[in-house]
Amino acid sequence: MNLTLKIWRQKNAKAKGAFETYHVENISPDTSFLEMLDILNNNLIHEGKEPVVFDHDCREGICGMCSLHINGHAHGPDSEITTCQLHMRKFNDGDTIVIEPWRSAAFPVIKDLAVDRSAYDKILQAGGFISVNTGGVPDANAIPIPKADADESMDAAACIGCGACAATCKNGSAMLFVAARVSSLAKLPQGRVEGARRAKAMVAKMDELGFGNCTNTGACEAECPKAISIAHIARLNREFLSAKFKD
Amino acid sequence: MGTFLYNSSIGKKLVMSVTGIFLVLFILFHMSMNLVAVISPEGYNMICELLGANWYALVGTLVLAAGVVIHFLYAIMLTLQNLAARGKERYAVTAKEQGVSWASKNMFVLGTIVLLGLCLHLLNFWSKMQLVEIMGQETNSLGFGPADGAALIRYTFSQWYYVVVYLIWFAALWFHLTHGVWSMFQSLGWGNKTWYPRLKSIACIVATIVFLCFALVVVFYFIQSLCGGACNL
Ligand code: HEM
Ligand code: SF4
Ligand code: FES
Repeated sequence: MNLTLKIWRQKNAKAKGAFETYHVENISPDTSFLEMLDILNNNLIHEGKEPVVFDHDCREGICGMCSLHINGHAHGPDSEITTCQLHMRKFNDGDTIVIEPWRSAAFPVIKDLAVDRSAYDKILQAGGFISVNTGGVPDANAIPIPKADADESMDAAACIGCGACAATCKNGSAMLFVAARVSSLAKLPQGRVEGARRAKAMVAKMDELGFGNCTNTGACEAECPKAISIAHIARLNREFLSAKFKD
Repeated sequence: MGTFLYNSSIGKKLVMSVTGIFLVLFILFHMSMNLVAVISPEGYNMICELLGANWYALVGTLVLAAGVVIHFLYAIMLTLQNLAARGKERYAVTAKEQGVSWASKNMFVLGTIVLLGLCLHLLNFWSKMQLVEIMGQETNSLGFGPADGAALIRYTFSQWYYVVVYLIWFAALWFHLTHGVWSMFQSLGWGNKTWYPRLKSIACIVATIVFLCFALVVVFYFIQSLCGGACNL
């Protein structure tokens, strides 16, 4: 496959960025999207040019590092996958592909396509944990947990903190991420104890860091690689509001 | 205590939701009242009589105005904060996300159209009815009694341009409600995977009933004006 790439290039957080056009040739449809960028970077290095900076780590859809807004979609055109799980067979020979970094005031560009997502870490540090040492793996059934609750919790725990939710949301809202974290802990007895404090602390941090207000468009859920449901946002609203009304 | 209603994102959404629910309930009441104008103009004027410048109608009007003002001010606040959160640099390419409604992304624009329509409506009706009574006058600028709502409807919707403007207004309200009526439950924390399809259907049904009933009155009186009272619809 031969492709035209329009890639956002930006020297650093302060510099003004712009799109640059590149061409890559003889790309196999079985190449992953990130491998295709590796090939581009290899060519650029051989031409003595600066390679394109982009984030990645595990390349198997579990770390959440690979970001990229591809042809108008977070993580590209396929649903429920990360960019590292996207393959070139999803595109056609001769296509032009536009690649942009996450755009959200709380995720400033570091360089080219890499953005600073430490805002999500700060929200986690504000309350996305259990304060006591829960010890080793407990005996099965030592603490009975209804199957439905365990499933809900696991679904929410699938969140990899990639940032696609805030990057997609027209309001730059981090609600899906925060909701996933609050929900996965609130549904388990170990996490339930601190539920109210956690919801308040994480929402306060999220607001403080300049994320927007959720207006329930559902765009986050549609673009989330782990298909986290906005039902978790409803739960976060319940947790937060009942905690505030109890105060 | 209570500060979360303006300094937390979820608290602000609670205010949006509660004022929204209140406005939806009012709209449903107003809609039912209007239907009487089609069935019996005399009956309609009886209701107008009841809702003149007496204490309960005035208190109702003030509470309603407060609801609209709070809903609008919070809408401005939310929208400005959300624009800032999105950042200065915008995506060059955007695509529609699966299952995301157009209305949900344009609530502020739709709401502004609703508000502009409301201003016109107050000018057309309220200023010629309740306001006239508050000022202690006997008749309004058109020479009708302030409780003669039926005559005012007949006069207003005999002019085609008002018919067009009102129908556009109702259409904007339809879009606003298709998202608003389910979103208000979600903002309160009431929603889950089983209930989303149900809530969205309910929202669509409520919005459509509201649209049809309001439009019926306007179109009914317009058609009646066309046959110059000759036909008895
Ligand atoms: C009588 C007219 C109106 C009714 C019945 C109404 C109803 C609603 C409802 C039920 C909601 C959902 C609340 C929630 O998501 O929690 C809503 C949201 C909203 N309304 Fe209105 N509204 C009206 C007028 C307006 C006006 C005049 C504006 C001004 C611009 C406006 C702007 C908004 C905005 C920006 C939202 C937020 C969208 C969201 O959070 O989903 N609305 N409205
Ligand atoms: S909720 Fe989904 S989109 Fe948001 S950070 Fe988690 S995995 Fe990514
Ligand atoms: S590189 Fe780890 S999720 Fe894509």
